[in-house]
Amino acid sequence: MDARFPWFILLAPLAAAAIIQLITRRSRSLSATLSVASVCFSLLASLFVFFGPDGTSEVPWLDFRPAFYVPMGVTIDGLSKLMLLVVTGIGALVHIYSLVYMEEDESQPRFFGNLSLFMFSMLGIVLANNFAMMFIFWELVGLSSYLLIGHWFTREAAAAAANKAFLTNRIGDFGFMLGILMVWTATGTVVFSEMEARLPTLSLTAGFLTMAVLLIFCGAVGKSAQVPLHVWLPDAMEGPTPVSALIHAATMVAAGVYMLARVSFLVELSATAQTVIAWIGILTAVLAALMATQQDDIKRVLAYSTLSQLGYMIMAIGVSAPGAAMFHLFTHAFFKALLFLGAGAIIHALHHEQDIWKMGGLSGKMKWTFLSFTAGTLALIGCPFFSGFFSKDVILLAAYHRSFFLFALGLFTALLTAFYMTRLFVVVFFGRSRSDEAEHGHDGPPAMTIPLQILAVFSVIAGYGFIANTALGAELTHQVHAIHEAGRATLVMTLATFAFVVGTAGGWLLYKGQAKDPVLIPLFRNKFYFDELYEALIAGTQDLLATISRFLDQWLIDGLLVRGLSGAAWATGFALRFLQFGNLQGYAFLFGLGVVTMIYFIVFR
Amino acid sequence: MTLTLNHYLLVSGLLFAIGFAGVMLRRNIIIIFMCLELMLNAANLSLVAFSRFNLTLQPNLGPNPLPNYNGQVLVFFIITVAAAEVAVGLAIIVALFRARQSTHVEDINSLKF
Repeated sequence: MDARFPWFILLAPLAAAAIIQLITRRSRSLSATLSVASVCFSLLASLFVFFGPDGTSEVPWLDFRPAFYVPMGVTIDGLSKLMLLVVTGIGALVHIYSLVYMEEDESQPRFFGNLSLFMFSMLGIVLANNFAMMFIFWELVGLSSYLLIGHWFTREAAAAAANKAFLTNRIGDFGFMLGILMVWTATGTVVFSEMEARLPTLSLTAGFLTMAVLLIFCGAVGKSAQVPLHVWLPDAMEGPTPVSALIHAATMVAAGVYMLARVSFLVELSATAQTVIAWIGILTAVLAALMATQQDDIKRVLAYSTLSQLGYMIMAIGVSAPGAAMFHLFTHAFFKALLFLGAGAIIHALHHEQDIWKMGGLSGKMKWTFLSFTAGTLALIGCPFFSGFFSKDVILLAAYHRSFFLFALGLFTALLTAFYMTRLFVVVFFGRSRSDEAEHGHDGPPAMTIPLQILAVFSVIAGYGFIANTALGAELTHQVHAIHEAGRATLVMTLATFAFVVGTAGGWLLYKGQAKDPVLIPLFRNKFYFDELYEALIAGTQDLLATISRFLDQWLIDGLLVRGLSGAAWATGFALRFLQFGNLQGYAFLFGLGVVTMIYFIVFR
Repeated sequence: MTLTLNHYLLVSGLLFAIGFAGVMLRRNIIIIFMCLELMLNAANLSLVAFSRFNLTLQPNLGPNPLPNYNGQVLVFFIITVAAAEVAVGLAIIVALFRARQSTHVEDINSLKF
């Protein structure tokens, strides 16, 4: 196989996006077909690449050697192969699902164009062999995410959510850029492999490395929605549900984890930064799980759940277990995409009703959705023998080896996960139907249910060795096995199962047959007041800045400079006006006086 | 008694003083204008007088030199220009009278604060 072949995976969605935006955007069917065809091509090509050899293909882009050199390159190794499968696989299913979900949408071509643009950007991150290229695609996914969240931009909430997502990401990306520049300055290269080779030969101070790693981590905090920049992800649920499944659950938000795994050689160099990363991860996991227990919007529960699971992955990076993080990323992509698409099927069937308290009793009416949703839920809450159980277990085990507190909080999060997902599950699918729409719920057409079934199958089996070992590749599998062999595997597995049982039982007992939420915890319901806090902080800072700049503008610029100069001219003119007294002979007298004075000075001095 | 330069200058100064007093004191703009002419001619008189009594001989005019008449020539120029000036001045006064129905300077005081 030619080493340049992976470029086609990358460029097919770009071609589709360009053609849709430039030529076929008036034709709904043509645009959709083109988009789906491009992603299917990428999927097939990815499968082809997956079973092929590793390799790199590089073309010079900014070539100012020896001053600096930035290539555009694709790299194929275990890590990118895994992500290629996840991104194109889930992407293809979501594209097909969108054919039904977005059928009635007026601007369907725009949607598919942006979806293809997203696929291009995300594949660019996955394939990038250097930091500069990754950063460019990193921004491009931010852009396409913005466009897709704001797809229904006439709704004020969607437009605001799109802005919020973009701006919050920009904060993280700014740190990311500084981090990249630091490492670039230190090593003189942006290419990952060269960077890895050169770093041990340089004697960099611990402070410099910690700073650089934490700044690079900023990028992941923004993109993977970690505390304190997590606020954009729940609001991003204003976008169409397939977008939530693809971008805000399976792929883009995992880009932060992927990026950290890609530069794990760098992360490993700073123990301080690792500790910070691990604690931010687990903090996000716990806080998001707590928030999820009190949400009423089906998509928001899933969004907080995504936050929580991303927290797990970030924590795994922080405890030097990128293999475990990628394993969880892999399984999570399937079951979370499944849950979102299942939620989308329910929302679609219930005419855009998203409140779980207006659903209920859907288990009999939406059989396929119910069955696949069950598989996804069981995988997410870590039911033994489902995929999520295995991957979560590895992360907990890795945390156990590093720090007991991390492990305990991780276990608590697992319990909460089981609790809130059981709550969601019971309220949505069991009990009476609590609205007219829920009475008439029904399964979608095959294009909707078949992706769900495929994802459900993977949600069950993705954790088993025969799939996971192949997908993860030799190196990552080795890492996962090393964690297992470090001991205490049985203890952690037992405790995780225990957390699952307690959480599920608690959720079941508390929410079975309830028509409204029996528990009311305002702190969790209001998301720990993060939004309010930011609003107050930002509003406060802005008000202060505005007051200062208003003062300067009003008094210094307008007052002293503009009005001051004009005022001085006016005042001089006003004073001189009094010399004009209008008496002709007075003027003549003064004139004569002037002449006499002049004569006096000329003649007598 | 012979007339000396001082007599001429005395008359010239007297004329100038009368003209200046007229300009200062009279209210009718035509009279003021006439007084201005008086001052002008006082200056002319002194110029002619100075010229007449300037006995410095022109050094390079040959064996029978004449006095320096430059001042008297200058007076002709002044008279010519003054004629033009009178025409303009009177025209302004006529225009002013048409606008204000008055030739009194008290009425012409709008150019002030």
